[in-house]
Amino acid sequence: MSSDVFAEGIKPGRLDQESYEAQFSDLHPPLDAHEALVAADRCYFCHDAPCITACPTDIDIPLFIRQIATGTPDAAAKTILSQNIMGGMCARVCPTETLCEEACVRELAEGKPVLIGQLQRYATDHLQEQGIHPFERGAATGKKVAVVGAGPAGLSAAHRLAMMGHDVVVHDARPKPGGLNEYGIAAYKTPDGFAQGEVDWLLKIGGITLQHDAKLGQGITLQSLRDGYDAVFLGIGLGGVNALGAEGEDKGGVTDAVDFIADLRQASDFATVPIGRDVVVIGGGMTAVDAAVQAKLLGALNVTLVYRRGRDRMNASAFEQDLAASKGVRIVTHAVPKAVHGNGAVREIEFEYVDEDMNGTGQTLRLAADQVFKAIGQTLEGDDLPELDGRKIKVDGTGRTSLDGVWAGGDCASGGDDLTVTAVAEGRDAAMDMHGVLVG
Amino acid sequence: MADLTSNFIGIKSPNPFWLASAPPTDKAYNVRRAFDAGWGGVVWKTLGLDPHVVNVNGPRYGAIYGADRRLLGLNNIELITDRPLQTNLDEIKEVKRDYPAQAMIVSLMVPCEEEPWKMILPRVEETGADGVELNFGCPHGMSERGMGSAVGQVPEYIEMVTRWVKANTRMPVIVKLTPNITDVRKPAEAAKRGGADAVSLINTINSITSVDLDLFAPEPTIDGKGAHGGYCGPAVKPIALNMVAEIARDPGLQGLPISGIGGVTTWKDAAEFLALGAGNVQVCTAAMTYGFKIVQEMISGLSDYMDSKGITSVDEIVGRAVPNVTDWNQLNLNYIAKAKIDQDLCISCGRCFAACEDTSHQAIAMSEDRTFTVIDEECVACNLCVNVCPVEDCITMEAMAPGETDPRTGKVVQPDYANWTTHPNNPAANAAE
Repeated sequence: MSSDVFAEGIKPGRLDQESYEAQFSDLHPPLDAHEALVAADRCYFCHDAPCITACPTDIDIPLFIRQIATGTPDAAAKTILSQNIMGGMCARVCPTETLCEEACVRELAEGKPVLIGQLQRYATDHLQEQGIHPFERGAATGKKVAVVGAGPAGLSAAHRLAMMGHDVVVHDARPKPGGLNEYGIAAYKTPDGFAQGEVDWLLKIGGITLQHDAKLGQGITLQSLRDGYDAVFLGIGLGGVNALGAEGEDKGGVTDAVDFIADLRQASDFATVPIGRDVVVIGGGMTAVDAAVQAKLLGALNVTLVYRRGRDRMNASAFEQDLAASKGVRIVTHAVPKAVHGNGAVREIEFEYVDEDMNGTGQTLRLAADQVFKAIGQTLEGDDLPELDGRKIKVDGTGRTSLDGVWAGGDCASGGDDLTVTAVAEGRDAAMDMHGVLVG
Repeated sequence: MADLTSNFIGIKSPNPFWLASAPPTDKAYNVRRAFDAGWGGVVWKTLGLDPHVVNVNGPRYGAIYGADRRLLGLNNIELITDRPLQTNLDEIKEVKRDYPAQAMIVSLMVPCEEEPWKMILPRVEETGADGVELNFGCPHGMSERGMGSAVGQVPEYIEMVTRWVKANTRMPVIVKLTPNITDVRKPAEAAKRGGADAVSLINTINSITSVDLDLFAPEPTIDGKGAHGGYCGPAVKPIALNMVAEIARDPGLQGLPISGIGGVTTWKDAAEFLALGAGNVQVCTAAMTYGFKIVQEMISGLSDYMDSKGITSVDEIVGRAVPNVTDWNQLNLNYIAKAKIDQDLCISCGRCFAACEDTSHQAIAMSEDRTFTVIDEECVACNLCVNVCPVEDCITMEAMAPGETDPRTGKVVQPDYANWTTHPNNPAANAAE
């Protein structure tokens, strides 16, 4: 152990170089051909399979696994990608333990589901590593569609629209496409530039133009897009971050977990990413876990994840919670932040314990902290958006908003979980509905 | 621990598990390892005349697999021993001397003339072997030279050669039968007429296991070509069981001892052969797949089964199922069963539904929450749901009691036995015999 782990404050280079590489290597190393065959053999090829029902993109899982088992992984990949163009990323980041693999009958039978996620990765990697793009554009329709947001929802919609023969311009606020795939997912879930590689592969369909540094309200407006295009799809995600509502949260060292995760993903060298000695992450979702685990992997000595309710209420799956625990993250539940203490920069953070109904108990907890990450949810940002449903854009089952010619999907839209796979499904389905309207 | 000792046509062995004549019994080294592992006896790989045969130097086996690459069927194009006769005889003598309690049978295949048999039998006797097995079954290579299954497919030859052998040796004679015929009782009858002490069956089945779709050649492929081989392993067990039963229940063949061969992989397989009339069993593919150690499971499994049934000798199992093997026209058409799904065991895979709905009688209902239930009004008790269910005992066939009404037909289940020969729908019931 490097002595730097004991140094107080937010510092880069707490570990030696080899440690970083080991820490941030692939969370689930890919299955080799033999492992894939063994795993595929366990599938029962269920009728009307529960795993398909559990998949937000309705991938025909028994069929693709049978295609792997019979030696045709590229056919398997096509089965996957025809439903979910980001099947490669979803294979890496989906909480399969609460989706397809939870529904797998062998989970019920033996507590050990078929390794659906890893088999999906095996098939999609097999195809994509050969540079094969198995879809072709339909005849040109002459219609132009604007997509706002190059995340999973936007790119999924763009691909499907391009496939249907429309010309698509995708506008994104960031310098790179991918959205949360590129900026919002733990590095160890998608190493080796997979997110950009997948986008490059997806764009091979043709007919999609990327427009970077273009954000609603900066360079483009929803009205200008409606005027300039035949249809608009909004996949803008949730750009804002909720505040703690705790005294002193403006002190130094208190930042948003999403920014930490994005900076880490964009770092060319993990040793340059500064991290505190005593890190506290506040929240209970995937973002909180991704931040907490990566803080630990960067060499933080003590990482505590604090959530206001019980573990059963955490949005992070049991697998993610266990992953955090296995990396040495301490999980504290039933505690809400009350005050951030410190002289300029945070030194301690104070919590109050609450009961199941979130009533304060009067008991408090003070944790040493030189860095605090807020991960208590993100919010929709933007003016002049279509009508909202609560805090999200109101959409119907096919992604139509209150505005004619404007569809929305992904995290910014109402309905569905905030998952990559859900965003891909919503983008795809909205695209099909847009196509129906466009070709009338 | 039950007493597993076996006495098959006077040949004693510590248990009824013999290794069949095949590569595992090709030479002293293997056979010693087999006896050390616990096998009750071996049938030494078939001896022939010098000069010895020459095997192919490419692949000799092909296989088919089940899930997880579990070997279900094996095909071979190997011939009889490719070592000099005297080498084999010396080794047989030496091993038998060192393992006097184990059965040592020598498989033989020489041309269809009396002289070679007269020559080879005394030399085998001289080794101290317990008996001989006449290989009338090998379906490839040797059959092209007028031996093996070329003899086994002609009952007259079987009878003739068996008679020569019996006339020229005091050793017990087992005749090994080929399944590549239409009615296995005919060669068995011929062996009996010739004076055989027993028959053993089945030898391997003519087969091509697979085709190389790049070369467009059968596998195993030898320089771009393939020839049919002999098929064995778990996949052939049902064929072998039927052939054993056909002989065991034939009135004219009753009492002819049978050594059961064909896909015996576990103690259970062995017990099934015994129950259908085999006096002992011979094993090859299972040993070739897993090594000689499997006999330990066969010994413990058969012993536990016998103890649980209060059976004290292997002979008590032999033939016990034979009276229950009958012809289809003797089956009781008044017996009515219905499938029943145990909801506690069901894992909701829906395979029973797909099988029944797509390919059978639409007798399984599927609810919104994936509960699968049998529709008694449609169920004909075909058993397909039981066969495709991945969970053992989850679906069972439950007999209806006499007096109950079958919801499918609306008829009351009759207590009496009535078969097809008396059924009014059978116009051939009284056909001339």
